[in-house]
Amino acid sequence: MTLRKYSVLTAIVLFSSLGEVSLSHGMKKIGAISLGRWTEALNAVTSPFVVLGIVLLLGFFAAYLTALSWADLSYVLPATALGYVVIALLSVWLLDETVAWTRWLGILLVSTGVGLVAGGPELTPARDPQTPRSDP
Amino acid sequence: MTALYTWTMIASVVVFSTAGDILLSRSMKTIGDLGALRRQRGLVHVLGRVLSCGAFLAGLASMTVAFFSLLVALSWADVSLVAPASASLTFVTTAVAARFFLHENVDRRRWSAALLICLGVALMSA
Repeated sequence: MTLRKYSVLTAIVLFSSLGEVSLSHGMKKIGAISLGRWTEALNAVTSPFVVLGIVLLLGFFAAYLTALSWADLSYVLPATALGYVVIALLSVWLLDETVAWTRWLGILLVSTGVGLVAGGPELTPARDPQTPRSDP
Repeated sequence: MTALYTWTMIASVVVFSTAGDILLSRSMKTIGDLGALRRQRGLVHVLGRVLSCGAFLAGLASMTVAFFSLLVALSWADVSLVAPASASLTFVTTAVAARFFLHENVDRRRWSAALLICLGVALMSA
């Protein structure tokens, strides 16, 4: 269970962050789309980065639903917030962005929060009368 | 005035994405372990169960409203305000909503994590 738990959580983090980076890279290459000519946005699906981004985000959604099928929402959502850190690190490495100390502090806080929640129990014990809870 | 409109839209993003997450979570809990179900009945059966679940479709609709609210907010204000504000607030509202609507055991560990992440996401985009 633990190995499967962490592999699904890792899949959520990687699919969401790589998907967003790919999508955003593809959209920036296309350039600004005005709301008056929003149909131009349909051209976006011809960009390989946009298509890759959509496929990755679909993978994210499947993994997210899988995690929610056996873990609490208040566990899955914070445990996968590490995606924000991955996006920040990817933009540093790939785009050579300079990172202010406030951003490093943010990365530290998010990572601490993720570590805190991910190590805890993932599911609230069911209050089913047929399976009494182990705690008194 | 624009600030008021922008914050109204940010509130809309937060409310609808929180509601969406609650509905998605509830729908998945009623269907049960997707991995086990796929091994027993196959992927097509899982897709059919998910796509025919009312709570799932309502959650998806709620997420769509949140997404379009985000687009509207982005057309009025800077992405550096809208994206972190809505993302970071959602961590706290979801913890509160999961406690009340899903009766999840949001203990001190989960509260601290939600607050740390809320603060961290806001700082990262500052």
